Amino acid sequence: MKRNLTCIVCPMGCSIDVNIENGEVIDISGNSCPRGAEYAKNECISPVRTVTTTIRCSDGSVIPVKTDMPIPKDKVFECMKIINHTSIPLPVYPGDVIIKDVFGSNIVATGGTYNDNCGCKKQGRF
Amino acid sequence: MTELVIIGGGPAGMSAAVAAYERGIRDILILERDSSLGGILQQCIHNGFGLHKFGEELTGPEYALKYINMVFKRHIRYKLNTMVLDITNNKVITATNETDGIFKIEAKAVILAMGCRERPKGALNIAGTRPSGIYTAGTAQKFVNMKGYMPGKNVVILGSGDIGLIMARRMTLEGAKVHAVCELMPYSGGLPRNIEQCLNDFNIPLKLSHTVTKIHGKERLEGVTIARVDESRNPIPETEEYISCDTLLLSVGLIPENELSKTAKVELSHITSGAVVDQDRQTNAEGIFACGNVLHVHDLVDFVSEEAEIAGKSAAEYINGTLKKTVNIPIKTDGKVRYSVPQMITREKDITVYFRVADVFHNVKINVKNENGELVFSKRRTKAVPGEMESITIKEDKIKNAKELYIELEE
Repeated sequence: MKRNLTCIVCPMGCSIDVNIENGEVIDISGNSCPRGAEYAKNECISPVRTVTTTIRCSDGSVIPVKTDMPIPKDKVFECMKIINHTSIPLPVYPGDVIIKDVFGSNIVATGGTYNDNCGCKKQGRF
Repeated sequence: MTELVIIGGGPAGMSAAVAAYERGIRDILILERDSSLGGILQQCIHNGFGLHKFGEELTGPEYALKYINMVFKRHIRYKLNTMVLDITNNKVITATNETDGIFKIEAKAVILAMGCRERPKGALNIAGTRPSGIYTAGTAQKFVNMKGYMPGKNVVILGSGDIGLIMARRMTLEGAKVHAVCELMPYSGGLPRNIEQCLNDFNIPLKLSHTVTKIHGKERLEGVTIARVDESRNPIPETEEYISCDTLLLSVGLIPENELSKTAKVELSHITSGAVVDQDRQTNAEGIFACGNVLHVHDLVDFVSEEAEIAGKSAAEYINGTLKKTVNIPIKTDGKVRYSVPQMITREKDITVYFRVADVFHNVKINVKNENGELVFSKRRTKAVPGEMESITIKEDKIKNAKELYIELEE
């Protein structure tokens, strides 16, 4: 079976042709880097996606979060459900682990409380 | 007197500030309208930023944080919640904020880094009523990602720019139903990866050569009529189709925000809506530089940061008195190439020219000729599309003795 994929690894968006036989990838072409080949292989066997969304804080505001690893594509909506049913206490700083082990990934804050410049100062990260 | 004033604390402004600092300038002031540095990156919570610049995949706030930390580390001064009202041709800036009132700053050099804004619905001429529920994609993005409000449940998106595609996925993830993304052109203006991961992943139909012809609803949007368009982009009435929805998002282009450039009498290009600049990103107003999306709309923030480095470095040279113009070579384009940045060369050195093509082209040659029609540069491309900025580097010896340069597309 032949499949044509658009690579989502980088903005180039290479068109990749994959040849699959008996559930195994036997040929990959059209990619311009090794990461593209890896993406194509995963996409045919067990597709994964990074989820980026927001999480509600105790004061009602929202903070951006992401899965620190891509999770199985068919678990994306379940992952959203878990995040949307969680409320977190403030303060939050970029890099904080918010929820541990959601489909093999941690939910990590990518921003902080917006009104203090992402909390960089308090964080002492500069 | 302040040596360098930067208007805008987004990715362009911060990168320019850091670059100028690295060239020895210490007296720098960034003026930012919003309540934090980072600009529009703060609401772009999706990933895909920074691969080019940092070699890792970052979300918008994470990319912004990298530059915020660089600004902090260098103790570069900035004023938040500060609106610049006017810039004169001789670099006197009038600005206002709650603590300082209205104040003036004289600057040795100014970098314009105000970014761009979205084309609003008023610019679109869609027939029908004007109910609530119609937003630009970026406004909806701010509501969802920063304020935590969902603008609606049943969504139609007009325009397939990247923000529109990203919002199609974002609204879907938050439980809304996105019924269609309509694109007037026969191709999408967004990145292929975004069509794949934002639309195809969720089976959201992308309707190419389609537009919204009518808006329905009195208080709140109740639906839209969409139709296919012919080759001259006129709607075909018999293809009209009604879609019930409560929200219409517009992702129909970005316009560089150049009101301040006009007050400074900076010459603007009618194609890019940004300033006309040379290779140093200096405008026709001496000591006023421009970079980022206020100059021309970029595809990637990584390229914005790179361009801003050029502007920051050049502004530092200008302040130190080492920026000398030696030649004046305009760069012209043939129409198939819509525009170039820079639009002129004023120093003989290797020059990287960025440009966009006007249509989708396959197997083309990008040729650069001088005023005598002699070929000074040629490069083959298998595909060139309007959504992707192209760049070429012309060597110094090829520029020598040229009076004009023409960029052409040979099919």
